[in-house]
Amino acid sequence: MNAAAPIVLESRQLLKQFGGITATDHVDFTLREGARHALIGPNGAGKTTFVNLLSGVLTPTSGSIFLGGRDITKWSARRRAHAGLARTFQINQLFADLTPVETLMLTIAERENAAWSWFRPVGARTDFVDEAVELLTTLGIADIAHLRVGELAYGKQRLLEIAVALAQKPKVLLLDEPAAGVPEHEREQILDVVAALPSSVALILIEHDMHLVFRFAKSISVLVNGAIFVEGAPDEIANDPRVRQVYLGEEVVHV
Amino acid sequence: MTDQTISTKPSPEAIAARSVLLGRARWGWPEIAFWAIAVALYFLMPTKLMLLSEIAILGLLALSIDLVLGFAGIVTLGQGAFFGIGAYTAGLLARYGMGEAPWSDPLLGLLISGGVAAALGFVTSFLVLRGSDLTRLMVTLGVALIVEELVNQMKWLTGGSDGLQGVMPSAVMGVWEFDLYGKTAYVYSLTVLFVLFVIARRIVKSPFGLSLLAIKGNPLRTRAIGMPVNGRLVLIYTIAAFYAGVAGGLVAQTTQFASPDYVAFHRSADALLMLVFGGAGHLYGGLIGSVIFRVMQDVLGNITPQYWQFWLGMMLVLLVLFIRGGIIGLLMKMRGRIMRNRGPSA
Amino acid sequence: MLTILFDGVAYGMLLFILAVGLCVTLGLMNFINLAHGAFAMAGGYLTITLMQRAGVPFLLCLPAAFIFSAFLGLILERTLYRHLYDKTHLDQVLFSIGLVFMAMAMVDYAYGANQQIVDLPSYLTGRLNFLGASIGVYRLFVIVICGLLALGLQLILTRTRFGSRLRAAVDDGRVARGMGIDVTSIFAVTFAVGSGLAGLGGALGTGIISFDPTFPLKYMIYFLIVISVGGTTTITGPFLASILLGVADVLGKYYVPAVGGFIIYTIMVLVLILRPQGLFARGPAR
Ligand SMILES: Nc1ncnc2c1ncn2[C@@H]1O[C@H](COP(=O)(O)OP(=O)(O)O)[C@@H](O)[C@H]1O
Ligand SMILES: [Mg+2]
Repeated sequence: MNAAAPIVLESRQLLKQFGGITATDHVDFTLREGARHALIGPNGAGKTTFVNLLSGVLTPTSGSIFLGGRDITKWSARRRAHAGLARTFQINQLFADLTPVETLMLTIAERENAAWSWFRPVGARTDFVDEAVELLTTLGIADIAHLRVGELAYGKQRLLEIAVALAQKPKVLLLDEPAAGVPEHEREQILDVVAALPSSVALILIEHDMHLVFRFAKSISVLVNGAIFVEGAPDEIANDPRVRQVYLGEEVVHV
Repeated sequence: MTDQTISTKPSPEAIAARSVLLGRARWGWPEIAFWAIAVALYFLMPTKLMLLSEIAILGLLALSIDLVLGFAGIVTLGQGAFFGIGAYTAGLLARYGMGEAPWSDPLLGLLISGGVAAALGFVTSFLVLRGSDLTRLMVTLGVALIVEELVNQMKWLTGGSDGLQGVMPSAVMGVWEFDLYGKTAYVYSLTVLFVLFVIARRIVKSPFGLSLLAIKGNPLRTRAIGMPVNGRLVLIYTIAAFYAGVAGGLVAQTTQFASPDYVAFHRSADALLMLVFGGAGHLYGGLIGSVIFRVMQDVLGNITPQYWQFWLGMMLVLLVLFIRGGIIGLLMKMRGRIMRNRGPSA
Repeated sequence: MLTILFDGVAYGMLLFILAVGLCVTLGLMNFINLAHGAFAMAGGYLTITLMQRAGVPFLLCLPAAFIFSAFLGLILERTLYRHLYDKTHLDQVLFSIGLVFMAMAMVDYAYGANQQIVDLPSYLTGRLNFLGASIGVYRLFVIVICGLLALGLQLILTRTRFGSRLRAAVDDGRVARGMGIDVTSIFAVTFAVGSGLAGLGGALGTGIISFDPTFPLKYMIYFLIVISVGGTTTITGPFLASILLGVADVLGKYYVPAVGGFIIYTIMVLVLILRPQGLFARGPAR
């Protein structure tokens, strides 16, 4: 990672407790412009909770979050989205009754503050239609543009999940296990999409597949029990005996 | 349209998508047939015009519920509050307007009825922004009960349980007097219904309408894509209250009466039932439902009122257990099956 | 004043017995049964019928009403209701309103629309003087019976195996299932007992409230108030809410008949908005 690049996203002493459980434990975290950062850790480590805090789905118990230097801790999810923070969900969060093209058009319209428009039909904004179709084409799912999202195959839904976040034209993108639950032969397609994302977008990727993580990431944080356990470049993490012990187990890692 | 579209030539897929999307907003022949029949009924059933007018008004009330329930997904048992407020507003205007312009003018009365209802809708919309279906149901019901209490208690204004007498609206546009046969009533109600329907249709086919469907489908994601969810809900709830208020205004003007019955629980419940009979989320569900509901009520209710209630209950139970999606849902399923049977050639 | 307060408490106790079944089933299956009042009506009309047409003594009618309504509840739960647990709240509401309409129509058909009154046995009528207040014997009877029932329910919930399983299932059905608790049969039993209690409440109510076919609709609103104020995570919440509602209703009707209902509905809406988990529920909702 280029240590001189400006910081786009930062958390300071971020804490989230659910009753007695500490899901995020005083996390200090920085993400720099153009970053390719992987967030790994065993199930239940608090990765999704961390993303939920950053994106405004959850409010932290204490601590603060900065986006582009501004304190966004108290901002709603909506305001963060407009400020350039987008995310995907580990479990699909799509609009089952809409079609992919409608979903993307709505996202684009929201981004452009044009979704209050109530008198002209959706298709009247041809510039939005074109952009939505282009995005679907890029992700290789233009063929299903007009089917009901609820009836799409799971792998296609995962791609649409990413497409929605991309349609937001984010500066920072948080990908929560984008290929989770996708059959092996379709994983490649999703991972290619992730690898091809423009370098202007700072990325956080949560992923369990270590080969992929080491292929993709320029930097890695290991989260254990809600706290950052180690942070560093991929080869440092791969060779860290503590990480091998708590997380990688006996698995042999090829970097 | 913009220089963007001029500079880069749209792909064939994009052109196809444009026509698909615009095609969804076009009027289909079943729709045109529906309204043609509604007009034809004026000539075909000259003795039933009062009933037809009532059906059109109930349809408008059900349409207003469709906007909040079928599109935005807000469960409500309190639309009768807005209907009743609208009825009393129009009734009072026509009564104290003493047949003199402009206060007893029907169209102005409708606008004010809708406006007053919309004001109440706007204020109470903040109560339904959050919460489960059950909470929303109880809150909307609670608001309706409060309005009902107010109407009953403010006897000096509303006439209490006797209802509001002496409602005398002037002629519509200064030309058409309300007559005993309901000629004016039906033409007037149907016209108002049609105009508001066209507007509702534009709303639901617009980006705003799409955002409502999205909120209904997944509020979590709508916030994540930066949608002002609360603002959208407040707006549609207010618009729907306006619609219900206009429906109430219509009923007061065409029947020249307003009573606490208009705000009662069963008013809201009946309108909700009409909507789910017809099928929520298609705009036409409430209209079709109101026709069937009112016709059946007339037929079965003439035998004995209890029978009507029994069959109504029975239909509800069967509807929930077996035909989700109402009549329109059923029709669409049948159409889907026919299309599939025709095979790939179609 | 004391007399009215006493009447209010009696009415509130009765409301609790009528509504408690609904609170538990709502908490347990997240199922909103607006037809709960129909089971109370069944118990009430059974009592009226048995007493007027068969001359069965009032005290015998009470257990009969319980059994009748519980049985009715069990049958409907096994045949109809269980298909609705995984449906939306709207579907549940429509379905149960449908049942209410059918029940109302059937009662109307069989008994007519007039209000039904029973002649209470002489040992339950009359008034006592207590601390300078004149107290109706029947009200006292209602308070004692309902109080004992409430106590019994609380003991069952907190002290028995069934109670702890029920509480586990209310707290988190999925976890309870994971622990091997048979939530389905717990629910069937709870539904039946809840319906039975409603029936018993209906039978007891014949001496206090008048019965006509609109009963389920009229009391539906009271039940909803009890739920919204009391919450569904305990039975002490609904208990306190019922007493409060009973007292407020009787006091309101007596002193400020013009605004009584208005205040109650306003409180209901405010509680729903400000404390959606109920006024008396412990802690925030899950
Ligand atoms: N809404 C919630 N309420 C209570 N506990 C939660 C909630 N969300 C997450 N947790 C708990 O927080 C911990 C971290 O969960 P999560 O962030 O989903 O982990 P990961 O994504 O790393 O698998 C887990 O112990 C989980 O049970
Ligand atoms: Mg996770």
